[in-house]
Amino acid sequence: MDIYSKRRFVVYGVFAFVVLLFLIILFRLQILNSTYKQYATNNVLREITQYPARGLIYDRNGKLLVYNKTAYDLLITPREVTAFDTTLFCNLLNISKEDLEAGIKKAKKYSYYKPSILIKQISPERFAVLKEQLYKFNGFHTQSRTLREYSTTAAAHALGYVGEVSGADIKRDSYYKPGDYIGVSGIEKTYETQLRGTKGVKMNLVDVHNRLKGSYRNGEEDVPAKIGKNIVSTLDLKLQLYAEKLFRNKRGSVVAIEPATGEVLVFVSAPTYDPGLLVGRVRGHNYSKLLADTLMPLFNRALQAKYPPGSSFKPVNALIGLQVNAIDRNTRFACYGKASSPIRCTHNHGSPNDVVDAIRESCNPFLWNTFKSILGKYKTSAEGFNVWRKYVASFGIGQHLSSDFANGLKGDLPTEKQYNKIYGRGHWNALTVRSLAIGQGELGVTPLQMANYGAVIANRGFYYTPHIVKEIENDTISREFKTKREVPIEKKHFETVIIGMSQSVQRNLAATVKIPEIEMCGKTGTVQNNQGADHSVFVAFAPRENPKIALFVYVENGVWGSRYAAPMASLIVEKYLTDSISERRKWIEKKMLDANLLDPNQKK
Amino acid sequence: MPKRNNLWANIDWVTVLLFFALVFMGWLNIYAAVYNEHYQSIFDTTQRYGKQLIWIGAALTIGLIILLIDTNFYVFFSYIIYGFLLFLLILVLFIGKDINGARSWFAIGSFGFQPSEFMKFATALVLARYMSSYGFKIHNPKSLATIAAIIFTPVLFIFLQNDTGSALVYFSFVLVLYREGLSGVVLFFGTLVAILFVLALLVPNLVLYIVLLAIALLAFFIVNTKLIQFTRVLGAYLISILALFLLNFLMKKEYPLAGIVMAGVLLGSVIVLLVSWRNRIKNYSLIALVLLGSILFTLSVDYAFNNFLESHQQARINELLGIESDPLGAGYNVNQSKIAIGSGGAFGKGYLKGTQTKFDFVPEQSTDFIFCTVGEEWGFLGTSVVIGLFLFLLMRLIWLAERQRSSFSRIYGYSVAVILFFHFTVNIGMTIGLMPVIGIPLPFFSYGGSSLWSFTTLLFIFIRLDASRFDQL
Ligand SMILES: [Zn+2]
Repeated sequence: MDIYSKRRFVVYGVFAFVVLLFLIILFRLQILNSTYKQYATNNVLREITQYPARGLIYDRNGKLLVYNKTAYDLLITPREVTAFDTTLFCNLLNISKEDLEAGIKKAKKYSYYKPSILIKQISPERFAVLKEQLYKFNGFHTQSRTLREYSTTAAAHALGYVGEVSGADIKRDSYYKPGDYIGVSGIEKTYETQLRGTKGVKMNLVDVHNRLKGSYRNGEEDVPAKIGKNIVSTLDLKLQLYAEKLFRNKRGSVVAIEPATGEVLVFVSAPTYDPGLLVGRVRGHNYSKLLADTLMPLFNRALQAKYPPGSSFKPVNALIGLQVNAIDRNTRFACYGKASSPIRCTHNHGSPNDVVDAIRESCNPFLWNTFKSILGKYKTSAEGFNVWRKYVASFGIGQHLSSDFANGLKGDLPTEKQYNKIYGRGHWNALTVRSLAIGQGELGVTPLQMANYGAVIANRGFYYTPHIVKEIENDTISREFKTKREVPIEKKHFETVIIGMSQSVQRNLAATVKIPEIEMCGKTGTVQNNQGADHSVFVAFAPRENPKIALFVYVENGVWGSRYAAPMASLIVEKYLTDSISERRKWIEKKMLDANLLDPNQKK
Repeated sequence: MPKRNNLWANIDWVTVLLFFALVFMGWLNIYAAVYNEHYQSIFDTTQRYGKQLIWIGAALTIGLIILLIDTNFYVFFSYIIYGFLLFLLILVLFIGKDINGARSWFAIGSFGFQPSEFMKFATALVLARYMSSYGFKIHNPKSLATIAAIIFTPVLFIFLQNDTGSALVYFSFVLVLYREGLSGVVLFFGTLVAILFVLALLVPNLVLYIVLLAIALLAFFIVNTKLIQFTRVLGAYLISILALFLLNFLMKKEYPLAGIVMAGVLLGSVIVLLVSWRNRIKNYSLIALVLLGSILFTLSVDYAFNNFLESHQQARINELLGIESDPLGAGYNVNQSKIAIGSGGAFGKGYLKGTQTKFDFVPEQSTDFIFCTVGEEWGFLGTSVVIGLFLFLLMRLIWLAERQRSSFSRIYGYSVAVILFFHFTVNIGMTIGLMPVIGIPLPFFSYGGSSLWSFTTLLFIFIRLDASRFDQL
C-alpha cells in the first residue's frame, strides 16, 4: 500500500460530484421544467411560409401598370452541403467564386442548420437551367418569390416601389419576417396591407435537415396564401405619359385632379426614373446611383417640394377679400406700376383696377390693398390675420390633406404665434407681413396642395381630398375621399374670380396658352429663386363650366409662369379634353418638348 | 492461491456485467434513434442498429482475445503498441478521410478506423509502464518531462487532425498523476485555469481584473496579518493604477479603463514581486506571481478566442456561456437535445415513441447525442439508471485498481476509469447543455465500431490485468 492510497477518495468525490450535478440538472430538465415539452411539438412541425402574389395595379382606364414576375431565391443549409463543383455552380449562377465563398461564410455565421438565402432573385431563365443541375449540389434548395414588373416607365413616384422589410418594420408589425417584401413608397406603401395579401402556411413534418417527411395531418392545418387585392389607380396612363414627356429635361411637377371627385389624373415629379430599376438584384446598386444623382430623381417634388406659390396665390386673397367684404365686385385700387408702394407692380396695365382686372393683370398693388383691408377690418391685425388664415387653411393649404399619398408634406402656413415670436406681440401688422398678399413670404405649398386649390376654384368652393386609388378589389376606398369639403366662401365670389382667370388665359395668354374651343381658366405665377432662374408656375382648370380637370404645373428655372408652366398646362388640358393637340398649337408642343432647362448654357 | 488456469474465476464479473448492460442498452437506444417504419427488422445490417450488432459481436471477440493473451504481453509490448499507434496517428494526417472538418479516420471501404480512439489505451499502457518502473519519482523533473511527452505527443497529433474532443480526453490523465502523488497544487492550478478560462470570456474584463485584484488582496491579508506590509502592497497596486490613469489623462491618450486597470495591476504585481522577493517574503511573491499569471492568462484567452477560433467555434462557446442566443444556430444541437431530454419527463414517452429523435431533430443522435434518446423515451428514470450504471462502473474500476498489487495494473486501472469518466462527463454534460459541444462518444453506448472496440480494448485489458492480480508481486 502506498502513501497516496487515500487520494482515491478525492477521485471518488470528483465522480460523485459530477454525477450529482447531472442528476440535479436532469431532474430540473425532465421533471420540474415543462417548457421543453411544449417545444417538442413545435419542432417536428415546420411551418413553411407560402408567399402570396402581390395585388396588381391598373390605371383608371383598366390598363395594367404593375404586375408580378416570378423570381427564385437559392437557399443554403450549410450543414447539408457536401463537396461540389464550384466552377459549375458559379457559372450556373453567374457569380464569382469570392462571392460564393463570402455567401457561404455568411450563411454559416447565421446558422449551420437553418436555411438562409444565398442568392436572391434568380431570373426564371437562369432558374430553368439551374433546376436541371441542382441535384448535384447537396444542401441547396430554391424557393419562389414574386417581384414587381412594370408595363411602362411612367408614374414611378405615384406607384412607389417594393423593398425588403427593415428591422423597424418587423418591430412594428409582426406580420413581417426578415427577407419579406414591403411597399416602401407610393401606392405600394399606402396600400401595403391590401396589396400584400396574406401569407399562408404549410405544415410539414420535417427533420433537422429540413428534409420533408410528409405533410402534417394531410394538410388539414395548412392555411393557403391569400393573393393581394388588385387596385385601380385614378391615374390616366396616357395623360401621365404625355405629361412626363413634356417634362423631359426639366425639373418640376404636375398634379392634375378631376375636380368633381378629387381623383388624381396625373402625378409627375421630374426628373423621374424607371421603376423597373428598383426591382430585383440590381435594386441596391441602382438605388444608390439614383440617390447620388444631383437632379434628385428620387425626390418626390409633387409631395415634398414646398415653396411660396407667388402670384398663383392671388385668387385666394381676392376670394377672401370678397367674402369678408373687405372689397366688393366694384372696388377699385390705383396701380402706379413700378412706382407703387409698398409693393411695386411688375406688369404694365391700366389703372385703377377692379378685382377681375387685378386677377387678369396680376396686379400687386390691388392685392396688397385687399390684404390690408382684410386685416384692417378687425380690431387688431392679429385677429384679422387669424380670419385670413382660417380661410386659406380651408383650401387645404398648410394642411395634411390626409390623402393616400405616402410621405406628403404639410407645407407652411404661418401662425400668429410665429409672427409674435419674430416681431413681438402687437408689433406687426398687414404691412409687416405684406408679402403674404402676393403669395410670398412664409408660405410653403406643395404641388399637390396647389392642384387641390385649383380644384376648389373649379368646383366654386369645395373639394374632395385628392387621392390616387379609385377602386380596390373586394374592398372600398376610404370614406374620407367621398366626403365633400366646403370652403366657406360664397359661390358668386368664385364666379367673379374665375372671370379674371379666364380673361388671363383668353386675353393675355392667347398666343401660347389659349386652347381652341375650350375655355381654360388659370393664373400664372413666378417663384423667386435665389439660386438661379426663377420658377415658373401655373394653376388652372378647364373647361370653365363643368370642369373636367384642375391642375398645377411647376417648372423649376422656368422664369415666368407664362413661359413654360402655362403652355405646358394648356397642352396637358388639351390632350386630356380633346385627345390631341390642334394643328396650330403643334409649334408650342414642340417648343416645350425641346426646351432643356437642365442645361445651364441653354437660352431660357 | 488462484492460478492462471483459474482465469475465469478471477475475472471480475460485476464489471463484465456492467459492460454488457451498457452495450445492450446502447444498442436498444441506437435502434430507437434511427427507428424507421421502413426498416423494422432490428437485424437489418443496412441500418445503424444492424451494423452496431455486428460491431458488438466483433467487440466481444476482441474482449475474448484480450482475456486469452498473457498479461506480460501488455507490459512488454506497451511501447511498441504506443509507437505503432503514434505512427498511425501521423499517417492519418496524410491519407485520412476528411469528415466534418476533422481528418482522423482511415477509410477502408465503408469501414472507418480512428487511430486516436485506440491511442488512449496505448497511452495508458505506456504511462503505467513508465510510472511503475523501478525508482520512479513523480516530482523528479525528468519524470515530469517524460510523462508530459508521453501524454502530449498524441495530443499534438490529434489536435493537428482537428479533432479537439479526442485530444482533450488526454487531460484527464492529470487525475491519475494526482493519485500517484502529483502535488495537489497541480489540481488546484488546473481548476483555476479552467475557471479563469470561462470567466475571461463571460465577465467584462474590467470586472474580472478588479475581482482578481480583490481576491489577491484578501490572500495578501490572510497570509500576513501585519497591517504595515499589507498597506504597502495595497499602496503599490493603487498607486500603480492611479499613476497610469493620470498618465493617460495628462498625455491625452484614450486607453480604455479596463486596459489601464489591467496595466496597473500588472505593474503593481511586478513591484510587489520584486520587493517581496528581495525581502524574502515568499508568500507575497507567490500571490503576486499567481495574480500576474492569471491576468496574463485571461489576456491570452481573449486573444486566442478572437484570433484563433473560427466564428462557428466562437459561437459554440458563446452559446454555452449564454452570451449569444440563436436557437436554430450554434445552440441548435444543445437546444434540440435539451428539448428531447426535457420532453421525456419522469418516465419517458416509451420505447420507440420518441418524436424528437424520430424526426432527426437531434443531430448525431445515434453517436454523440445518444443520451437524448434515453432521456426522451425513458425519462428521468432512464437517465438516472444510465448515470447510475456509469457511476457504479467507475467506482468499481477505482476499487479494482486499488486492490492491485502491481502499480502497473493500478495506474492502468486508474487510467481506464478517468478516460471513461472524461467521456461520460463531457458527453452527457454536452447533451444537457453543461459542456461545449465537442463531439466525443458516450462509452459503450454511442454508435460506431471504432469507439466501441477501443473502449472494449481499454476495459478488457484491465479486466485481464485484474484477473491475474495474484500473479505479480
Ligand atoms: Zn398693377
